[in-house]
Amino acid sequence: MATQHSRSAARIMMAPAVVLLLGWMLIPLTMTLYFSFKKFLPLRGGDLGWVGFDNYVRFVSSSAFWPSVQTTLIIVGGVLVITVMLGVLLAILLDQPLWGQGIVRILVIAPFFVMPTVSALVWKNMFMDPVNGLFAHLWKFFGAQPVEWLSDAPLFSIILIVSWQWLPFATLILLTAIQSLDSEQLEASEMDGAPPLARFGFIILPHLSRAITIVVLIQTIFLLAVFAEIFVTTQGSFGTRTLTYLIFQRVLESQNVGLGSAGGVYAIILANIVAIFLMRIVGKNLDS
Amino acid sequence: MGQITLNQITKSFGDVQVIPPLDLRIDDGEFVVFVGPSGCGKSTLLRLIAGLEDVTSGDITIDGRNATEVPPAKRGLAMVFQSYALYPHMSVRKNIAFPLRMAGLDKEAQNAKVDAAAKVLNLTDYLDRRPGQLSGGQRQRVAIGRAIVREPAAFLFDEPLSNLDAALRVNMRLEISELHQTLKTTMIYVTHDQVEAMTMADKIVVLQAGLIEQVGSPLDLYHTPRNKFVAGFIGSPKMNFLTGQYAAGYDATTIGVRPEHISVSSSEGTWSGRVGVSEHLGSDTFLYVDIDGVDEPITVRSTGEIGVRHGDNVYLTPDASKIHRFDKQDLRIP
Repeated sequence: MATQHSRSAARIMMAPAVVLLLGWMLIPLTMTLYFSFKKFLPLRGGDLGWVGFDNYVRFVSSSAFWPSVQTTLIIVGGVLVITVMLGVLLAILLDQPLWGQGIVRILVIAPFFVMPTVSALVWKNMFMDPVNGLFAHLWKFFGAQPVEWLSDAPLFSIILIVSWQWLPFATLILLTAIQSLDSEQLEASEMDGAPPLARFGFIILPHLSRAITIVVLIQTIFLLAVFAEIFVTTQGSFGTRTLTYLIFQRVLESQNVGLGSAGGVYAIILANIVAIFLMRIVGKNLDS
Repeated sequence: MGQITLNQITKSFGDVQVIPPLDLRIDDGEFVVFVGPSGCGKSTLLRLIAGLEDVTSGDITIDGRNATEVPPAKRGLAMVFQSYALYPHMSVRKNIAFPLRMAGLDKEAQNAKVDAAAKVLNLTDYLDRRPGQLSGGQRQRVAIGRAIVREPAAFLFDEPLSNLDAALRVNMRLEISELHQTLKTTMIYVTHDQVEAMTMADKIVVLQAGLIEQVGSPLDLYHTPRNKFVAGFIGSPKMNFLTGQYAAGYDATTIGVRPEHISVSSSEGTWSGRVGVSEHLGSDTFLYVDIDGVDEPITVRSTGEIGVRHGDNVYLTPDASKIHRFDKQDLRIP
């Protein structure tokens, strides 16, 4: 329907946004690539010239690399499993007619509005602190020895914190999906003799598959970059050093910009591998 | 067997009573149609029978067994929904087999029953498709297929044809009637379309605001409507109603004459009037004639073609033996 004129006008009006977004993406990417081929130590002599693929080789051969990839995948996988499973359950619960439904829904969504740093601090100091935390009091109430969460179960603690933040997102998307389910389908299956569990397995879950796919894809992208929660809790110790955190340590703690940049390029590749992998498995759901 | 009795059932949503106390008996093998304008409670009544809604008071008896508290799946009824309610992620075969699978039948028995049903409904070529790849009429047949494999005591249809186009509707109407002849199972059918009611039913239940206005065979309702509402609802085009001086001569508050019981003449007759719109269908001609002192134009149905135009003066003569008389309470005077 667009005329030649309106089409070119549209292009001109979109141009600033496109240029800005392109610059936003391209400049950091180019700089990362540029530094990854340099020996660049800001406090120890600055730019020390080109080194080819040295940084890439050193980053991978470091003993910290593979464990960090593993940690990253455990955190992403753990959070995905918890948020999707609890998200489906919560969505079904919130779909039931309920007194004060509006307030309950806002409460459920609230954690999503808390900044990662803040929520990690809240969890660390108010729940998981072995002396003053709520969990410590709870354990003591039952006469048990309080758990030192962040050193005894560091990965689990971080997964718990991150899941708490992302559960609202999953719940929200799954809730809207559940609300779009035709109630006559459920009634039909009820008349066909399906008990509640079968109705869930045969009708509700297949209906949610597309929404679950979307939740998994979007969360994966963000979870690969989890940083604040680790920074304020364990600082990467006790085996919680993810790839993102390793890169941070190389650049800011070891002051080796070149090495960190090479790690950044690996992170980009890893993210893309995971993305393609996921698209392959679950992308089918988005087509039909 | 499929004998259903409703005894003094009521249904309220909050403070609103949508079904006042209601009695109805549906005999085995009958094709019963619930008909009425939208919001008259006919779908609610069907859902009460199905068990998808709980009755507020009263009893439902199916085959002599009190089914009031029995869950839907255990009532032995099958329902076809207005939206068909097919399971979109399952193939046609799996859709039809679903009730059998829930009943725990083994694979072979399931397949045999599905194939038999598909053959009856001309679905054999479509068994591997998804509902999304089927046309409206085919989806309708899948929904019916899912109902027949259960071999229910009675079928419940909730406005099953309202999503189809006119030509397909006539076809499916015939197919459902045919199915009833073959299976001889009780069928309860809800519609707002009186043509569907007239053509398919053994027994029509006319509802208005949750109340049963009249129960009877289609021709009973046509010839001897109990009141003005039934008279106006059954028959197409609608019955003409006249009051005042026109009715006074017949000793009634209102008289009703069906369009097919009025003859038209250009020279003489009882009422004179002026032709408004005329609809020429070939086989019939519908005339809308304005006569003095009546707000609504009188509809007249003449067979064949008649040569009148917009604005012509004509005379109408009602067939005196076919005039229905109604008293002040809108009840028919026999």
